[in-house]
Amino acid sequence: MERSLPSLRGDVVIDVQDLRMRYGTKDVLTGVSFTARRGEVVALLGPNGAGKTTTIEILEGFRMRSAGDVSVLGVDPAHGDEAWRARLGVVLQSWRDHVRWRVRELLVYLGRFYAPYSTPGQRRPWDVDELLEVVGLTEHADQKIKSLSGGQRRRLDVAIGIVGRPELVFLDEPTAGFDPHARREFHELIHRLADFESSTILITTHDLAEAERVADRILVLADGSIVADGSVDELARQMATPAEVHWTQDGQRHVHPVPSGDATDFVRDLLANDGGAVSELQVKGASLEDTYMALVRRVESGQPAHSSSRIGQDGVPATVQEVRS
Amino acid sequence: MTDTVVRQAPDARAAAVRAGLARGLIEVRQSLTSPGDLTWYLFFPIVFAVVLTFMRGSTVPGTSFALGAMVLPSIIGMSIAFGGLVGAASTLAVEREDGTLLRAKATPNGMLGYLVGKIVNYALTTLFSLVVLVIPAWTVRHELELDGASWLTLVGIFVLGMVATVPIGTALGSLLTSSAQTGLLLLGSMLLIAPSGIFYPITALPTWLQWVGQAFPFYWLGLGARSAMLPDAMVSAEIGESWRTAEMVAVLGLWAVAGLVLAPILLRRMARRESGSSVAERREKWLTRGM
Repeated sequence: MERSLPSLRGDVVIDVQDLRMRYGTKDVLTGVSFTARRGEVVALLGPNGAGKTTTIEILEGFRMRSAGDVSVLGVDPAHGDEAWRARLGVVLQSWRDHVRWRVRELLVYLGRFYAPYSTPGQRRPWDVDELLEVVGLTEHADQKIKSLSGGQRRRLDVAIGIVGRPELVFLDEPTAGFDPHARREFHELIHRLADFESSTILITTHDLAEAERVADRILVLADGSIVADGSVDELARQMATPAEVHWTQDGQRHVHPVPSGDATDFVRDLLANDGGAVSELQVKGASLEDTYMALVRRVESGQPAHSSSRIGQDGVPATVQEVRS
Repeated sequence: MTDTVVRQAPDARAAAVRAGLARGLIEVRQSLTSPGDLTWYLFFPIVFAVVLTFMRGSTVPGTSFALGAMVLPSIIGMSIAFGGLVGAASTLAVEREDGTLLRAKATPNGMLGYLVGKIVNYALTTLFSLVVLVIPAWTVRHELELDGASWLTLVGIFVLGMVATVPIGTALGSLLTSSAQTGLLLLGSMLLIAPSGIFYPITALPTWLQWVGQAFPFYWLGLGARSAMLPDAMVSAEIGESWRTAEMVAVLGLWAVAGLVLAPILLRRMARRESGSSVAERREKWLTRGM
């Protein structure tokens, strides 16, 4: 592809600088900045009403922003044309549209719009049979959409979102209503898109375990700005979320939090002095949930959290700094 | 990059138009194989057949011509207007609410394909609903005067009727904020049937009501169909004792122009506001309404 330039800058797929959104007198976004690179899976987390959907809709070109610079695949979404749209995939939460259509019929129909945007590097659209296989709907291909179960319908939504082989996929709460099995299959699909198709994926979710599982990088949006930006490990380190050491000694369960987040020293001491009595030793690292809750608590208690995420000159995002103070 | 885009644009639009044609045919097939839709298509023709049967024995005032035979072409004209106007407006409102439009918007040139699909859909389903009017027509078959010219005129009326009503219907549909409001539109259209001279000659109405009727496409399409299907002597029951073909083309042409100007503006304005959250909001509303 023509975009695989050697510099990091050339690989930036989403670049948001100081994005602001105001509805009437209410500021929903007060300065959102972040970037996403090619092939990266970025999860956007945050409490309800934090502005996640607004942010995504601005990036999709479905909503006009109040201020700030936004570039998606090198184009300002406010002026994105149809050729730009052909490179995006939007996974919408379906409701009851196209209920009379058959699964394959709808995918073939939608795929036709992407064929003219095929390039030597990016063949469009996705072969429908292959796509059905990927999302696990092969045996439902000739079924009417209204007869699909909720989970099957969501998988169809994903298939519709990616039928044009997008370079960038937006997923707004994609696994709401999935059973654990469907959820796992969906996570594998995300990995496949990111690894084999080199698609960039921006996902919003309330499921922190899911974010931890699929995302290379976590963004936390609270109070209208990004209060954290980094990998799960980085966030845990920055927030100093304690790890926990669990063990059994003399028939009793023990739990000891290790505030530094690194349990190595504690465990070394423990084992050196126990006389062989410690068993069932477990070290549990901080989960994203712990870190996330600590972060959101901090923001809600009114401590300064905005402008904590700065994007360095080289396009590499800086991680949480201010929330520590 | 820019070069490829410029080169791709016409291809992409052509592909969208072709996809839209396919969409229209798929949806027509879905409609004509759905028991619910078929019942709906057959319901009114059967009602009309009953109405015409009851009219047996009544004549057009001042003539010995059967009233039912005058009413049938009027119904044909009315059905064209209904199919184009109410059909276009209500599907648009429903498909906006259920997210169909948002899907079209998220697809490159998807709105173009959607609109082409809708035009094919309205045209063919309206045509089908005209064909089933053969049921009521059977009851007055001896009174009608059909020759090659009548069929040609009817085709012309159909095309003109579609052009005059689908765009304005689309514009109206863009203004509706929920599918429930299409009921209002339906009611409004039905009220307009009264002064449009469909079930009784318009000349029997007070003059001011005649002017109301003449402002809308229902009257003119009915008139056009009557001119095609009735013996020339029947012109005596019309305003000015004339079929007024030129005036018909002019009024319907005005509606077409108004629709073609307004529809893209209103449609674009409506589409611009569509997003995942607006569809989700309506879904919430719809669910809490407990339907």
